[in-house]
Amino acid sequence: MKSCLVVDDSRVVRKVARKILEELDFACTEAEDGRQAMEVCASQMPDAILLDWNMPVMTGIEFLRRLRKMNGGDAPKVVFCTTENDLAHIQEALSAGANEYIMKPFDSDIIQTKFQQVGLL
Amino acid sequence: MRVEDFDMFATLLKQRSGLVLTKDKAYLLESRLMPVARKWNMKGLEDLAATVRTRKDESLLRDITEAMTTNESSFFRDQKPFDIFQNLVLPTLLETRASRKHIRIWSAACSSGQEAYSLAMLLSDNAARLAGWRIEIIGTDISAEMVERARAGVYSQFEVQRGLPIQHLVKHFKQNGDKWQISQALRQMVSFREFNLLGDLSPLGQFDVVFCRNVLIYFDQPTKTKVLEGAARQMAPDGVLYLGGAETVLGLTDRFKSVEGQRGLYTPAAGGFVPAPGLKLVTA
Repeated sequence: MKSCLVVDDSRVVRKVARKILEELDFACTEAEDGRQAMEVCASQMPDAILLDWNMPVMTGIEFLRRLRKMNGGDAPKVVFCTTENDLAHIQEALSAGANEYIMKPFDSDIIQTKFQQVGLL
Repeated sequence: MRVEDFDMFATLLKQRSGLVLTKDKAYLLESRLMPVARKWNMKGLEDLAATVRTRKDESLLRDITEAMTTNESSFFRDQKPFDIFQNLVLPTLLETRASRKHIRIWSAACSSGQEAYSLAMLLSDNAARLAGWRIEIIGTDISAEMVERARAGVYSQFEVQRGLPIQHLVKHFKQNGDKWQISQALRQMVSFREFNLLGDLSPLGQFDVVFCRNVLIYFDQPTKTKVLEGAARQMAPDGVLYLGGAETVLGLTDRFKSVEGQRGLYTPAAGGFVPAPGLKLVTA
């Protein structure tokens, strides 16, 4: 079973995403911001990370830049999932090492196809 | 809805689009035709049926047909057929057509154009290998509205997230508010035409590759046969035909045979597509 870390400051979004991912057979953990996500990754690197952009304490993009510098931090497939839906943000995410990008609102079909595209399914 | 009205609409749709409407789809007919009735300032479906019977107004009949045809589509739908195109079909055609450097691809029942544009993206990724080649991608659909949408190449945020890798979005689309438009370069690679699969297909010319996926599922057996045999007449003897995952030629026509090991891929029985030497068949 593959693991996925869901990083979002909204409890509702985490709950919805978790439900979709568990149906796709992922074991999920959650984090409310980038710093919490760093702690999870430091103890055990997940196979996938579904990542919000705007969060308190540490934003998604800042987390991603730090993650990619960590030991083993190049391994997880990172899929942004955010309301930032303009080309400039998408390009910034890709250059920081994101593998895919979901523009909210999302549904299970979108999560499934994006995870397939990066080879997680 | 009155039984005689349902029967009349069902017959009309069968004649014009080949769509088979069983009695259990009466709700679908009602929900899709009510907006048409409103558009034409009619009270309801009885009025609409009466008007169709007395006045054969072509634009009204077209509105009815378009409302009932399914326009489900997404970029790189099912992915595998596009992998096979890129790794097996295209390299083979580049060898077999090397002298004339011309390939024609047909996206039949193309809806809003995602399949045709997905192929254009793949070809654009292979631009270096295709220098000096003329590659035509032609999308056809029965619906004038869909053909217009396909030509415009404008998609919602939801549509561009279904099947389209993010790198392709960045490379081939321009953002305009909450819509995304296919680049001019890609739109120039594809042409779209309004065309009924049940009509005479000969004006379309001959194709090397035909995508006719998830179309036959809406037809009854004789109509499926008619469409397949029509497609066969428009294909190069060593061309390939793609059908949807739930579709087959078996029991419908002997004009096609399967390409060995490739689910959903067919070639004319009289000739036959043979993968270029050195290309491995991808396990379906």
